[in-house]
Amino acid sequence: MTTARIPLLHRYANPAAFGRLSARVMPWSIGATVILLALGVYFALFNSPPDYQQGESVRIMYVHVPAAIMSELVYGAMALAAAAGIIWKHALADLFVKAAAPLGAIFTLICLVAGSLWGKPMWGAWWVWDARLTSELVLFFLYLGYIALVDAFDDPQRGLRAGAILVLVGVVDLPIIKFSVNWWNTLHQPASLMTLSGPKIYGSMLVPLMLMIAGFMAFFITVVILRLESELLARRIRGWRTAAGDE
Amino acid sequence: MTAAFHLFRHDLRLQLRHGTDLVAPIAFFVLATLLVPLGVGPEPNLLARLASGVIWVTALLATLLALDRLFQRDFEDGALDLMALAPLPLELTVIAKVAAHWVTTGLPVMVVAPILGVMLRLDTNSFLTLELSLALGTPVLSMIGAFGAAVTLGARRGGALLAVLVLPLYIPILIFATSAISAAGEGLSPRPHLLLLASFFVGGIVLIPFAAAAALRNALE
Repeated sequence: MTTARIPLLHRYANPAAFGRLSARVMPWSIGATVILLALGVYFALFNSPPDYQQGESVRIMYVHVPAAIMSELVYGAMALAAAAGIIWKHALADLFVKAAAPLGAIFTLICLVAGSLWGKPMWGAWWVWDARLTSELVLFFLYLGYIALVDAFDDPQRGLRAGAILVLVGVVDLPIIKFSVNWWNTLHQPASLMTLSGPKIYGSMLVPLMLMIAGFMAFFITVVILRLESELLARRIRGWRTAAGDE
Repeated sequence: MTAAFHLFRHDLRLQLRHGTDLVAPIAFFVLATLLVPLGVGPEPNLLARLASGVIWVTALLATLLALDRLFQRDFEDGALDLMALAPLPLELTVIAKVAAHWVTTGLPVMVVAPILGVMLRLDTNSFLTLELSLALGTPVLSMIGAFGAAVTLGARRGGALLAVLVLPLYIPILIFATSAISAAGEGLSPRPHLLLLASFFVGGIVLIPFAAAAALRNALE
């Protein structure tokens, strides 16, 4: 059968097809990660102005904001993949959810820690019980819960499916995080990047921020492909061991 | 529908016969709440400020206690397989079991909560709101908890895992319930908070059974 007749969604459910795709994407995504992050760090630390109110600590934003965006984006991607896994029994989609979860958890942790480091000099406190902070913390626990749940089953397939259902239920937290700054109007500043009237950040700060966001995304794509490949290999090894009567 | 009702009565009767199953969550609720004045000191103003939060947090933990047994017994003896095969949709089975769980945890909590409120010097204006928030909130807790119990069915370390999964999802209920009570205590209208709780209640009853039933099917596969 030619690949053209298989719907796009199912074409990459075949591990071999995915392997060919990832081999083609990998060099580009590694290159993009290195270049974008190097440029982003250079602009963020040396080639952008200090803020007139925040001074040099505004540079924390160039890590905090991309990590925050990724924490939500990764969960959104996991939720879509979980739905695909449940609806079409798409094997690779299930594995993607598992491969992406620790990355999402780390992004969330980076976002929380960077925000906390920024909050101490700016707000005078490491932590405030603001709606945005609380809902982001809940997201962190959703990631941890997913990782613990998938790990707790003897049958890996059953763990993946239970985890997928949990990820879909946890989706309610995403709009809460996104709109928390508008609904509750507490300490955390409202959106300034994705507003209806376009970004409200001056160009000299927008450039490093965009470079860092793109760099974080390229990093995620690189690592998630690596993790997916190792998951596929682990599964093949499990299959061989079962076939050899080892388990 | 009658099948669901019979299942509800069956579950309820089972729990009532095992007296300790019924008493343990409530005893935990009372004891954990009474530890707070012993821990922070009996100063009335301080207690009055803490009261709503303490009652809600311990109520929330009390509903956790009975959750791991919600499907476990039926799962182990195979009854759950039969329920999944029965003409009654698994979603309704979940609702019947959740109702039985609520009658044995949420309802007693509602009965005891005002007494604890008096002991913790809860503001007199807040009692009605406390009861309303518990009436709207605890069924959602049972519902979310049932989802947690379903999704951890057959997992190792099910109990601790259940708490880790369910507590983050409990947070919105806790926030709106306690803000309703403190609004009432400050002489403001608790109505908006209670309406939000009511929307969680309605949304939870409609949506969560599907997730829980999907998780049960996965456990039974």
